[in-house]
Amino acid sequence: MKSKRYANVDKKVCVSCGACAEVCKLKAISTPNGCFATVDYDKCVGCGMCSQVCPTGCITILNRIGEKNEDKALV
Amino acid sequence: MKTKHWYDYLWIWPIIYFSLGFFNIIFAWLGMIDFIVPIIIAVVKGNKAFCNRYCGRGKLFAVIPTFFTRKKGNNTAKKVAPKWLYSKWFRYGFLTFFMTMFGNMIYQTYLVFAGASLKTVVKLFWTFKVPWAWAYTATSVPEWVTQFSYGFYSLMLTSTLIGLIVMVLYRPRTWCTFCPMGTMTQGICQLKKIK
Repeated sequence: MKSKRYANVDKKVCVSCGACAEVCKLKAISTPNGCFATVDYDKCVGCGMCSQVCPTGCITILNRIGEKNEDKALV
Repeated sequence: MKTKHWYDYLWIWPIIYFSLGFFNIIFAWLGMIDFIVPIIIAVVKGNKAFCNRYCGRGKLFAVIPTFFTRKKGNNTAKKVAPKWLYSKWFRYGFLTFFMTMFGNMIYQTYLVFAGASLKTVVKLFWTFKVPWAWAYTATSVPEWVTQFSYGFYSLMLTSTLIGLIVMVLYRPRTWCTFCPMGTMTQGICQLKKIK
């Protein structure tokens, strides 16, 4: 079952440092192309770990319906 | 669940590097690994695997705060770096500045090669000269090789200190947002993607 939330990456801001991928326990976020981080929406549970470590703050946690919900990150 | 890999322990690399250079400056040449490998990976593979997996400095910045908070990826400030710090202008501007200083270092090395005297100092923040003569031992190695070592060690130490400062002020891996190697490899990846 998919979670209610997911991580969303602002591709224009992401520097592809990999800090997010390092903390993601579900391997739901990765930087395959070296340009920006990519989220596997099927794996992502929106726990917010990645958004907490992102040095540019380009990751926000959204509701599946699209509503912005970054303040309620679980971590 | 994630398993630990050998590269998760690479944060020890910068510690070894600076320790070796502290006692014998010639070891500063080992830092070339951090310069050449990311470019090779970006050109050949078209990704930033070096930054993502093998960058010892990035790992060190991520690990240091955990010694104080005991929570992976956590930090005390939790502040995102100011926007200008990761803007394209600043990132490419810093890369240009960094490469100019690198070129200057090569020129200094050339001057020693051409007969100028060796300067046994480490220059911090491209400004402050710190005497570092104890790390120089006369060997059969030409003096220009030693001069390059001093220059390169200065560059590595300065960038690490900047990284540590922004690590304390903002999130742990803030250095990565404007790291010249990261900017360069991301640029290479973007160019490869366009092609």
